[in-house]
Parts: sequence; structure tokens; C-alpha cells
Amino acid sequence: MPTNPQPIGISNDLQLSKIPGDKMICEPVIGLEIHAELQTKSKMFCGCSAVYSSTSEPNTLICPVCTALPGAMPVVNQKAVEQAILVGLALNCTINPMNQFARKNYFYPDLPKGYQISQYTLPVASDGWLDIFEEPMSEIQRVQIRRAHLEEDTAKLSHQGKYALVDYNRAGVPLLEIVSEPDMHTVEATLAYATRIRAILRYLGVNSGDMEKGVLRFEANVSVRPAGSQELRTRTEIKNLNSFRALTRACAYEIQRQTQLYESGSTIVQETLGWDDVKGVTVSQRSKEEAHDYRYFPEPDLPPLEISREWAEQIKTGLPELPEARSQRFVSEFGLTIKEASLLISEKSLADYFERTVSLSKSPAKVIYNWISGEFMRFVNDLGIDLDHLPIPAGNLAELVDLATGRIINDNSAKLVLKDMFETGQAPKAIVEAKNLAQVSDEGYLESVIARILSENPKEVASYLAGKEAVFQWMMGQVARLTRGKADPQVARQLLLLALERAKNK
Amino acid sequence: MELYNLSIRAAHDLISKKQVSSLELTTATLEHIHNTDPHINAFVTVADELALEQARQADHRLQIGAKVTPLTGIPFAVKDCISTKAVRTTCSSKILENYIPQYNASVIDRLADAGAVLVGKHNMDEFGMGSSCENSAFFITHNPWDLDRVPGGSSGGSAAAVAASMGAFALGEDTGGSIRMPASFCNVTGLKTTYGRVSRYGLIALVSSFDSIGPMARDAYDCATVLQAIAGQDPHDATSLPAPVPDYLQNLEKPVKGLRLGIPKEYFQAGMEPGVEGSIRAAIRTFEELGMEIREVSLPHTKFGLPVYYLVLFAEASANLARFDGTRFGLSVTQGAKNVIDLYLQTRRAGFGPEVKRRIMLGAYVLSAGYYDAYYLKAQKVRTLLRQDFDAAFEQCDALVAPTCPTTAFKLGEKTDDPLTMYLSDIYVVATNPAGVPSLSLPCGFSNGMPVGMQLIGKHLSEDLLLQIGHAYQSATDWHLKRPAIV
Repeated sequence: MPTNPQPIGISNDLQLSKIPGDKMICEPVIGLEIHAELQTKSKMFCGCSAVYSSTSEPNTLICPVCTALPGAMPVVNQKAVEQAILVGLALNCTINPMNQFARKNYFYPDLPKGYQISQYTLPVASDGWLDIFEEPMSEIQRVQIRRAHLEEDTAKLSHQGKYALVDYNRAGVPLLEIVSEPDMHTVEATLAYATRIRAILRYLGVNSGDMEKGVLRFEANVSVRPAGSQELRTRTEIKNLNSFRALTRACAYEIQRQTQLYESGSTIVQETLGWDDVKGVTVSQRSKEEAHDYRYFPEPDLPPLEISREWAEQIKTGLPELPEARSQRFVSEFGLTIKEASLLISEKSLADYFERTVSLSKSPAKVIYNWISGEFMRFVNDLGIDLDHLPIPAGNLAELVDLATGRIINDNSAKLVLKDMFETGQAPKAIVEAKNLAQVSDEGYLESVIARILSENPKEVASYLAGKEAVFQWMMGQVARLTRGKADPQVARQLLLLALERAKNK
Repeated sequence: MELYNLSIRAAHDLISKKQVSSLELTTATLEHIHNTDPHINAFVTVADELALEQARQADHRLQIGAKVTPLTGIPFAVKDCISTKAVRTTCSSKILENYIPQYNASVIDRLADAGAVLVGKHNMDEFGMGSSCENSAFFITHNPWDLDRVPGGSSGGSAAAVAASMGAFALGEDTGGSIRMPASFCNVTGLKTTYGRVSRYGLIALVSSFDSIGPMARDAYDCATVLQAIAGQDPHDATSLPAPVPDYLQNLEKPVKGLRLGIPKEYFQAGMEPGVEGSIRAAIRTFEELGMEIREVSLPHTKFGLPVYYLVLFAEASANLARFDGTRFGLSVTQGAKNVIDLYLQTRRAGFGPEVKRRIMLGAYVLSAGYYDAYYLKAQKVRTLLRQDFDAAFEQCDALVAPTCPTTAFKLGEKTDDPLTMYLSDIYVVATNPAGVPSLSLPCGFSNGMPVGMQLIGKHLSEDLLLQIGHAYQSATDWHLKRPAIV
């Protein structure tokens, strides 16, 4: 267990974009272990609820099995196995027909049995891959997936002064550990991989992706080597990274730390590190010599689990459209760029919202994309709105975009209407009517306004006719002023040109 | 005859005819326990009030004409590694000295459903680690046939209790002979069931892949009655077998004539007490007289049984005992602890006895990096050979017969200083557990005044056949009816 963690290396709050690279003497080598809680009703090995484990009163969702009372025995949750198979298939893995659970032995207060039931030699899924799209370089990279195995979550510890309190609600919640090969060479690629895994889990409906509740946790293996080399050098393992921000900051920090150690002629020590989010440093937890010997052996309380080809095939038919396929479809069907499509599909609810809006609108998909990625997301971010609970029905956004593309309202008005929609939840047409924002394109009315401007400003008319064309913009401004911004700019421009032509010919 | 001396069958007969109430029977049994057990120390806990309450309930069931089973109103007790809700369950260990389970083991629920009356919990070697009951952290149990001798182990309390009529039957637990060996030492009939035949849920595990709960009683008939109530798949135990449960009592009276009985030659080696061998040979003649065909067979890997058994035991037990860490139940030595590691160390140091510590250390060793292949993995491979030995033997015969133990009960303290000699007393019983096959130990004579037991071994799920052969033998002999003078 960690005792008195001491910061190592230098303290530095790194910016994501300032990672090695500049010097190009070192290439990072990063592999990720992702622990994802599965969204089953009950826990991995008992009937206790797994759904509200993070929101219920401590130690209310427990039983003899998940608190490891003497004599209690585990029984495998079939649904968790099905969800693991689903993830394995989505990550292009081989689903192993013979599965074996194993005991991983170590003492820690969050581990009631003194061992964690996990999988060791025979995991559910192995040898898969995932293509990622790393911004901003815009090229596809393939990350190999070594394995995905089932295990149980530990209890939750909270430290209060001298004491630690244990909440066993989380003990036994199903976890899927997805282990990549060390195939990522930049922090951006690591982030892209982690983001895509999260999106896939959300698409499959097996994980809420709610990072704040700790349902997705990362461990990064990091080493650096001379650029162009293929060797694998001594790596460090950074544990308990609970957000994308922590993941990227910790990796960036660790890459720089190791690079500097190599540059100064030192060597890297193989060790397990923690991440101090406040100080922005990695801290040593265990050296290689202190590393646990987990003494794995097959779990004798659970017979080997067979996954028949038929079972796996049946689960395969339930695979939904995954982020990659959806991204390609958004490009071919809606004419988006890969980058635009990626932005939408990384959040399933946003992609769903986009598609619903497109289907309800007469406007081109690209225009809807521009609205969503621009003004709409600005409000969402500013107001801190959860994408799963967007306050504006897709039909209302479709209506707004159609009002703008149909030039019923101009762009400035449309932005004001959107703001009102976020604030009041009203439909756009109602707002346009109530605020009288409809554009004026009535030529008779606009002609009378223009005639008035020309007659009231003879000097300006004269200077325009003398060749001073900048005055034209001033006159357009006067039109906007007199119509309170509602004049259809295109119509007004046309009519003003005609009126000036007539004045010239007089 | 005293009420407490009644077999299950005899007691059921009287109860169902309402000639005796469960309350009378239970009261007599409790009184007998309080009079006799101070000499024997078979019980860690006697649950008088609970027993009387259950007896009244059983009587009520009989009164109102509710469904009655052959166990309704019958007093029994269980080895103290079987969890009993609201009744202290200690495994005869200091670390669980004051542990009161929140739930019943599945077998306890099944017996409660059948209406049986739990009177208490039996002493044992701590966590089942021992062959003499001398490894109990509380006190040693004496053999009712000779109070200076051990009752065997680890289900020693259960065997001694049944031998001394302190309860009509017991549930023991057999990891490597722990039912059969003490049954043999105490002149009791004990059945080690097929691995998975009886649910382990609630049994405090010693070796998860060996542990088998089974009945210990006056005779094969009573064992069949108890097995009927506890056998069958349990959704809480993933290793329990889905095979249907036969009608064990109905099978009992089937003739044994023509059945083939194998004598494994490796079980008749030098070192066996002459009186034991004589009794076994005599029993074999009885089987011949019953019309059974006798033939010699070979179990060539028998000599590896003991090392395989202990290597797997060390490994699994070291993990099974990890949960006793002083944080949630049982002993917790917090005084002076500066951190959680201190708590673990202090609690386990104070809570576990020397044999338990020895085996945990050996277990951690055989599983550790670099040794796993040489010990645990090798043992699992040889385990397959042991199983194949039995498979091959059962192609030539229907069951095997062999001595349960090379000797009769030894003196208290005789082997406590030498764990290895103690381990050797299990030499004939350990191979069945890695193979998972069932085995029934029955009384078959006396040597120097102490009981001799023989074991019948059958293929997986052949409990019905073993009980049938045992019943035939007991119908032809009266060894099982002999009672120690203390009764």
C-alpha cells in the first residue's frame, strides 16, 4: 500500500501542445489499460444492485458474497459476460470459447476477500484492434488490443483524517479491463484512443461514460525511446487516472520527465506511479522490487465458462452501428468532413441529436452541423448542459435552422432566438412572433424607407454619385437602423442600388 | 432404550406415530449432551433454546398434519465450519471465536425445511487442518471409545458426537478424509459425497475444489436419509452439479449379488495395523458371501495422492483464509496498530494457530512467481492422473473397498509434534478428493478394542450404489451397532 508518497522529478504544469516532439529526439511509447464498469442490473458475482452503487447510502447494496463473509460463494452474472463479449466483438477481438476466472491475491482494505476474481490466462476477448483518428494530423492509426477481461470492482475507500472508511456498494460491480498494446506515440493519440473506447462503450450501452462517477478509469504504461527506434525501454505505470485531463496531463508529464532523465544521462526505474492532480506530478508508489506477486491461480469456486460460437454469434447480431461506421456514414450521407463527423460521433447523444434534427429539417445537413458545432455547442458549454439532457427538442432546432435558411429571419436574429430557446424553452416561431423578428423583404416598404434616406441625405447621395462608394455601406446601415435590423439585407441592397441608379440618371 | 440412542429411522417411526414428540427427543438429547460432553468435548456450541424452539415447531407441524419428512423433529448438529444464522460458527479458530453468521449455509436451510432440529456445533481441527481434532484452538475432543485417544479429524467432534449419541446424525465436511477418517476411529458411518453433489454455499472453505459436505450417522440407511435432504444443485454454488437426485432410500434394498468389488492393491501395503487388515479381509469375505465378485485392481498413482492433496490444499487455503483480516467480522486486534498492515498482522498472528500459519505460508510459497509451475501446476496435472486411475479402475469394477485408515485411533499427543506423520494417517483417504469421487466409510470390526473402518469408493455420483452396498453389509453384520461404554 502507498505510504507517504514523495513527489519525484520536477513539478510542472504542462500544456498539452508542448509535449516533446519539438526536439524529436525521443518518441513516447504508451499503452493503456481501461477499466470500465459494466451497466448490468446486478453485481458480477451476486444479486446486489450494481446500478446505484455510487449514489446509494454507503453499505446498503451489500450481501455475504460482496462483503466476503465466510462461506459465501460467487456466481457469474451472465449479462456481464454478454456485455464483455459485445465489447470484444466491437473491438475486433477473438472471443475465447473457454473462459476461466482466476484469483488475484493481495491484501488491501478495499478487497474484502483478500483476492480479486479476475481473468488471467483465459480472458473473454483477445487480439483485437481499433482504428483511431488523431487530431490534428488527420491520419488513421491502428491500435492493437491485447485483451479484454472481466473482473470485479473493489470497494470504495474514502480517507477522513487518520481513518479510511470503506463503502462496499462498489465491491463486486462488474468491470471490463481493456488492455492495449503500447501502440500510441503521442498524448493526442492516447486521448483519441481513450475517447473512442469511451464512445464505443456508450454506443454499446454497456457503460454510461460518466467519468465523474468513476465508471471509466485509466492506467497508462509510458516509456520513451529514440525516435525511429523499435525497442521497448523501461516503462512506468501510472495508476488511477480518472479523467481525460488527468490522463493527458500525466502522460505528458511522464514523457517529459523520462526524456529529461535520458537527456541528463540517468536511467528510468521501473515502478508504479500515482498522479497528483493538484501538484501536476507523478509520484512513486512501488518499485519493481516492491511489486506485488499476485499469485494468480484458477478460481476453484467457478467452473470454466464456455462461450459457444452460437452464443457469440447471437450476441453479434445485437451489435449496433459503431462510431467508426457512423462517422463514415456521416461523411457519405451528409457530406461532412471526417473531422466534422468525428466531433459529432464521439458523443453518442450529440450524434443522435444531429441526426434527429437533420431528419426533421428541410435545410442541408451541413448547415445543421454548422449550427450545432458553433452557436449551439457554445451555449451548451457555457451553460454546462449535459448532452444526455439537452433542453431543446431536435424539432425546435430544425425549425430555427429552417427559419434562417428560408431567410424568414436573418442570422443575427437567429442567434438571438437560439439564446431565447435555451433560456425559455420556447419554440422558435413563437419567439420570432413575440419579438417581431421576422425579416422585412416587402419591397414597397423597403423602397419607401430608401426613398426617405435618399431625400434626407442629399450630400451623401452626391458624394456616392461622385464615386465615393464607401457611402453605400453607410446607407445600408441607415436601412438597418430604420428597420430595426429586420430588413432582408439582400433585398435591401438590390433596391438601394436601383434607387441610386435612378438618382444618377435624373 | 434411551431416546437419545435412537437412530433416525427409529426416532422417525416413533415421532410419526406420535408416540414420542420432538420436544421429548430433543430434550433427552440436550440432557445427554450436557451429561456426557464434558468427558468428550465434541461440542463448541450447544444451542439449547434454538433447538427447543425448532422441536416445538416440528411438533406443531406434526399436530396440524403438515408435511412430515423422515427428518422432522430429529436432533442433529454440524461441524463448526458450516454457517448457521444466529449461531456462533467458529471453525474452532480464535479468529472466529465470536463470529455469528448473518445467513445459513444452504445445507442448513435444507435441513430446516425438512424439519430437523439443530442442537449445536461440533469441534474440529482449526479450519479443517488436522487429522486428530487436536488442532482445535479451543480444546481437544476425546474418542468416546477411549478417552485417551483422538477421535480423528478434522470432523472429530462430529464423529465423537454421533458415536456417543449426542444427536441422531451430523453433517461433517471432507476435504481429504475429514469425514471418513474420524468415522472410522469412532465406529460411525460417514459419507464423503461426490464433489458438487451437495452445495458448499455457507461452508467456510478450506480447499474449494475438494470440500464435500456429507452425513455422519449410525448406519448407511440414516446416511441415505440425510443425503436425500441435502443433495442437489444450488443456484448459490456454481460448482454444484445439475444431475438429478435419485431416491436413495428406494435403492438401498436392491440386491448386491453380482456387483464387482475392486481391491486396490496399493491400499494394502506395509505399515497397516494387522488388526485393521484382518478386519478388512473379513469384510471382503462378507461381501463375497453376499454374492459380490471380488477382484484386484491397481491405482498406480496412489503414492502421489498425498503430495497432490497437500500442494493444492496449501495453495487454495492460503487464498481462502485471506478474508480473515480483522476488518469486517471475527477477531480484530486493533490495539497498538499504527496502520492497516499492523491490523492484519496482529489479527492474523493472534487469530490463527500454528498449523494454519504453516499451511498459509506454504500456500503463498507454492503459488509465488517462479514456483507456480513446479508445484501448483504440476499438482493439478498429477491430479488428472489420479482421476484417470479411478476411471480406469471403474471400468473393471463397480466400487472399490479399502481400509479407511492404516491404524485405529492413536493416543492423544502421539503425533502432534510431527506434522508429517500426522499427514500420513490420511494416506488412504486423500486421493478421492482430488478425483472428486464419493466414498463411504463403515464400521467393520475392532482392533485392540478400537473400531476399524473400511471405505467403499465409487465413481462420480454413485452415492446410491455405495449406500446400497453399505446397507447390504450392515444388514449382514452388526459392527455398526456396537456402542462405546460411555453411552
